[in-house]
Amino acid sequence: MQILLNGERFATDASNLDELCATLGFTDAKVATAVNGSFVASAKRSVTPLAEADEVEIVAPRQGG
Amino acid sequence: MLQLYGQEFTSRMLLGTAQYSSPDILRQAVEASGAEIVTVSLRRESARARTGQAFWGLIEELGCRVLPNTAGCHTAKEAMATAQMARELFGTSWVKLEVIANADTLQPDLFGLVEAATVLSAEGFDVLPYTTEDLSAAERLLAAGCSVLMPWASPIGSARGLINKTALQSMRAYFPDTPLIIDAGIGSPSHAAEAMELGYDAVLLNTAVAKADDPVKMARAFAQAIEAGRLAFEAGLVEPRDMASPSTPVAGTPFFKIDHAS
Repeated sequence: MQILLNGERFATDASNLDELCATLGFTDAKVATAVNGSFVASAKRSVTPLAEADEVEIVAPRQGG
Repeated sequence: MLQLYGQEFTSRMLLGTAQYSSPDILRQAVEASGAEIVTVSLRRESARARTGQAFWGLIEELGCRVLPNTAGCHTAKEAMATAQMARELFGTSWVKLEVIANADTLQPDLFGLVEAATVLSAEGFDVLPYTTEDLSAAERLLAAGCSVLMPWASPIGSARGLINKTALQSMRAYFPDTPLIIDAGIGSPSHAAEAMELGYDAVLLNTAVAKADDPVKMARAFAQAIEAGRLAFEAGLVEPRDMASPSTPVAGTPFFKIDHAS
């Protein structure tokens, strides 16, 4: 299926958000997630299913003012 | 001591971590500033570059309290989701709440700001809102649960200093017991000193240090200016006068004649 990952089209077979993070090598990474504009806590990723055209954000710490 | 949400700080300078020429210059600038609070952000992470992982290592080395921002958010909904991600990512309930109204001025959207602050405060966040000097918005933010306000001096990155000094003076007088931090628009140490002389509790800045020719030296300059400004406020500044007033005693002036005094 096609999703929008961090603003770009992305093909994935991951059935939930936790699987997607694992596919990307983020299992132990310091990242936070949101799906379709809403925050998804790390503990909830495995019970957050992904569907066609979902908009997924995976973010990490960055410099800020 | 500066007190924010039950925490005490010696330094009254909050420093941003963006725009430095290298991680090492950032580290040196933070150390030179003496800042105990640094602002950070969160951005999309690439599976290949993994930029955020390395940056987090640097932040942990600094040993400062981090204040995550919601920079770039243009709606309350975006800001709230970003704050929630930041809370999990950085392990802090503190958030520098930004809801931006306009891309050219980066002016706060005060309506969205109050909306987001209300929800986030109810969810247990300690909200430090990036706001303007507007007193009615400030009252709404306090009613929403904010215990600290962060009015701009001038637009973010503009280096214009305190462009509405009279309103900032009114704000200080109107909220004598609320910690007020000048956030954004500071260009020079004299601007920071001016804010501190008005009685503001702290100054938050980034660009003026990061983009200086020598950010480490500039960080030290700001630290000294902020300390000087605070000392001046505590010492009590004299009132300005329209006419001169001799500082040397008039009494006993040699050759003094009464008509010199008129």
